[in-house]
Amino acid sequence: MVDMPLGPAGVGVPADVEDVELYHPHSWVTKYVFSQDAKVIAIQYSFVALSVGLIALVLSWLMRLQLGFPGVFSFIDANAYYQFITMHGMMMVVYVLTALFLGGFGNYLIPLMVGARDMVFPYVNMLSFWVYLLAVLVLVGSFFAPGGPTGAGWTLYPPQAILSGTPGGQEWGIIMMLVSLMIFIIGFTMGGLNYVVTVLQARARGMTLMRMPLTVWGIFTASFMALLAFPALFVGAVMMLFDRIFGTSFFMPAIVEMGQPLERNGGSPLLFQHLFWFFGHPEVYIVALPAFGIVSDLISTHARRNIFGYRMMVWALLAIGALSFVVWAHHMYVSGMNPYFGFFFATTTLIIAVPTAIKVYNWILTLWRGNIHLTVPMLFALAFIVTFVNGGLTGLFLGNVVVDVPLSDTMFVVAHFHMVMGVAPILVIFGAIYHWYPKVTGRMLDDTLGKIHFWVTFLGAYAIFFPMHYLGLMGIPRRYYELGEMAFVPPSAHTLNAFITIVALIVGATQLVFVFNLFWSLRHGRPSGGNPWRATTLEWQTPETPPPHGNWGKDLPVVYRWAYDYSVPGADQDFLPQNQPGITRAAPGSLHG
Amino acid sequence: MAEQVLTELRTTHAEATGLRSIATDFSSDRQAFRNVSWGKAMMWIFLLSDTFVFSCFLISYMTARMSTTVPWPNPSEVFALTIAGRSLPLILIAIMTFVLISSSGTMAMAVNFGYRRDRKKTAALMLVTALLGATFVGMQAFEWTKLIHEGVRPWGNPWGAAQFGSSFFMITGFHGTHVSIGVLFLLVIARKVWRGDYDHERRGFFTSRKGRYESVEIMGLYWHFVDLVWVFIFAFFYLW
Repeated sequence: MVDMPLGPAGVGVPADVEDVELYHPHSWVTKYVFSQDAKVIAIQYSFVALSVGLIALVLSWLMRLQLGFPGVFSFIDANAYYQFITMHGMMMVVYVLTALFLGGFGNYLIPLMVGARDMVFPYVNMLSFWVYLLAVLVLVGSFFAPGGPTGAGWTLYPPQAILSGTPGGQEWGIIMMLVSLMIFIIGFTMGGLNYVVTVLQARARGMTLMRMPLTVWGIFTASFMALLAFPALFVGAVMMLFDRIFGTSFFMPAIVEMGQPLERNGGSPLLFQHLFWFFGHPEVYIVALPAFGIVSDLISTHARRNIFGYRMMVWALLAIGALSFVVWAHHMYVSGMNPYFGFFFATTTLIIAVPTAIKVYNWILTLWRGNIHLTVPMLFALAFIVTFVNGGLTGLFLGNVVVDVPLSDTMFVVAHFHMVMGVAPILVIFGAIYHWYPKVTGRMLDDTLGKIHFWVTFLGAYAIFFPMHYLGLMGIPRRYYELGEMAFVPPSAHTLNAFITIVALIVGATQLVFVFNLFWSLRHGRPSGGNPWRATTLEWQTPETPPPHGNWGKDLPVVYRWAYDYSVPGADQDFLPQNQPGITRAAPGSLHG
Repeated sequence: MAEQVLTELRTTHAEATGLRSIATDFSSDRQAFRNVSWGKAMMWIFLLSDTFVFSCFLISYMTARMSTTVPWPNPSEVFALTIAGRSLPLILIAIMTFVLISSSGTMAMAVNFGYRRDRKKTAALMLVTALLGATFVGMQAFEWTKLIHEGVRPWGNPWGAAQFGSSFFMITGFHGTHVSIGVLFLLVIARKVWRGDYDHERRGFFTSRKGRYESVEIMGLYWHFVDLVWVFIFAFFYLW
């Protein structure tokens, strides 16, 4: 450990920080399978999450085939269609995006970026992955259960979720879904505690909170939010399991099914919606905040310019995180709750636009007069900003009660949330993979394949989701198995649906180029060296690439500056790594605004 | 020059007091909470998350109780025991609460002796805590049995709203699970203390890492939390 100079009279004695006790693997199994190394766990998480993503992609194809060419594919009946919709939604939101950003990027980047040797509790971290894998297996297993997976829609609203008319409602589907979610939450809690405590308590010397890269800030805030938001889903899942298995009536009002009154009464379906969205809305930001953080680092690095308004970026992240806990009922304007609630939640929803806009402005001002390199990660980062603004603008429509009421449950909503929390974060995930792949493998991903992947995905996503706004404004409902002969649906809507389906098939197939690139570059990619993007953050300064177990060799890094010293006047190269002493900004933190 | 920067970072620490010291802690490097170990930080944050779980349970129960169409059974009558010919309302719950709160006391003493590295007393007090905890769970089992014999089920009961039974079994069951897990860990840690694992830096069976006496205090945090949660369940479920 580098010796740290002390102040006069020995004040400022360094805090007694424990050194993580590394587990030294003795066999192939403990090194690569039951590994306690955060980097290996990160790769395991990412691999499983991306695999689930591929399943979800195929499900979206099947849905689109039905919508674009109704009646052509006989194996997609109404039940199967709803099962595809439900599984696609739940898989993407929870098992892909959350797991990939927090379990994947969080595990890989947090210890490296804050200068730690590993997560603080490597054993618990390992358990987190295996519990997550179990959750995935239960979820995927429901495809093979009697009656198939649940078809309740990803929001799982009772009472219909547990009634016999819904696929899986009176069979195994809904039970396996709820159990899988509970397992996921237990697994995530193990990981989330690691991410939060590592950021708070295990940073390198000189790494103050206000010197952390925004990626770490984003993942940290999201992990903390997830620890507070997932409990609501957990409780909702427990109660619905009671309703389904023990016949209780937490969420079940007096109800008549197939002409038979059920032995239920007095429950409140609204209660579930509140619990669900108390989780569900923060969940949007659990996915978005890591994306915000990562994109800030990508554009700063690839535009060779310090991030504009670092402090505001941090505070905006925290403000969005806090506000997102008081906006949940904007998903429930048409649910029949008290209209005054709608007023309150519309107000808070629109207030969130303020910190979000600050972030967008700061990204643009970071790019302003920057030395923009149109590398593949940068392309994805730029595409994210555009897409996120698009999705955000339609969010303003839907956040207002009077505008939301006619638009709710139309394709407009589908277009909105796919833009803002589907396409946008996935663009960041791609960008981040192109950016950090060299650190993980020591080789660059192929540039040409990357650009093909980017342009098809980016333009394709717009070709898919832009027309959906239009369909929604016409009043085409979402979640309908087929539109049938309705007077207000013009023939052009059917043409548009067919067009969207064809584009979706093409864009989905293009992802194979990406998968191919991932595997091909593993052996044939151009060797990257330790710091191919000439970036400042600590993960690029490791003595070896890919970083070995323990990350830093003998000595932990010492941090002398913030994460964004690009193009500093007077420096001999256009970036100053965080662990490089020498030319400094006057006092830490004073010039970061 | 760089060294100067690092020095500046630290010199302010010793002088700061009050709110200012909180600010310097948060703007310091390495740790946001000075001299709080990883284990303790983790337990605090876990407990915060668990607080949200129990809050959601309790708020859901209150919603159910307020929105049912049938009257709620009277807890004073339902949870009464007839002892020596007299019906005593809430007597069992009162004893259970007393037992659990006492166990918090013995836990606090165990933590104290743990600090003094008094192996035997720490282990003994943890055992007493575990025993009291087990007694609590046992009495809860007795209460469940009694209610089930009287016809209370998750889906209905003889006296009123069906949600009474559902909420009761769900919430006390979830809390009882917490207590039972606590008892198990108390026994495991008491054994380690008794055997001197923390003095000899013996490695754990699963994690193969060295333990420390701090585990006793972290266990204590969890135990006090479970105790505190019970106070809320007691107030909102039995006294309301």
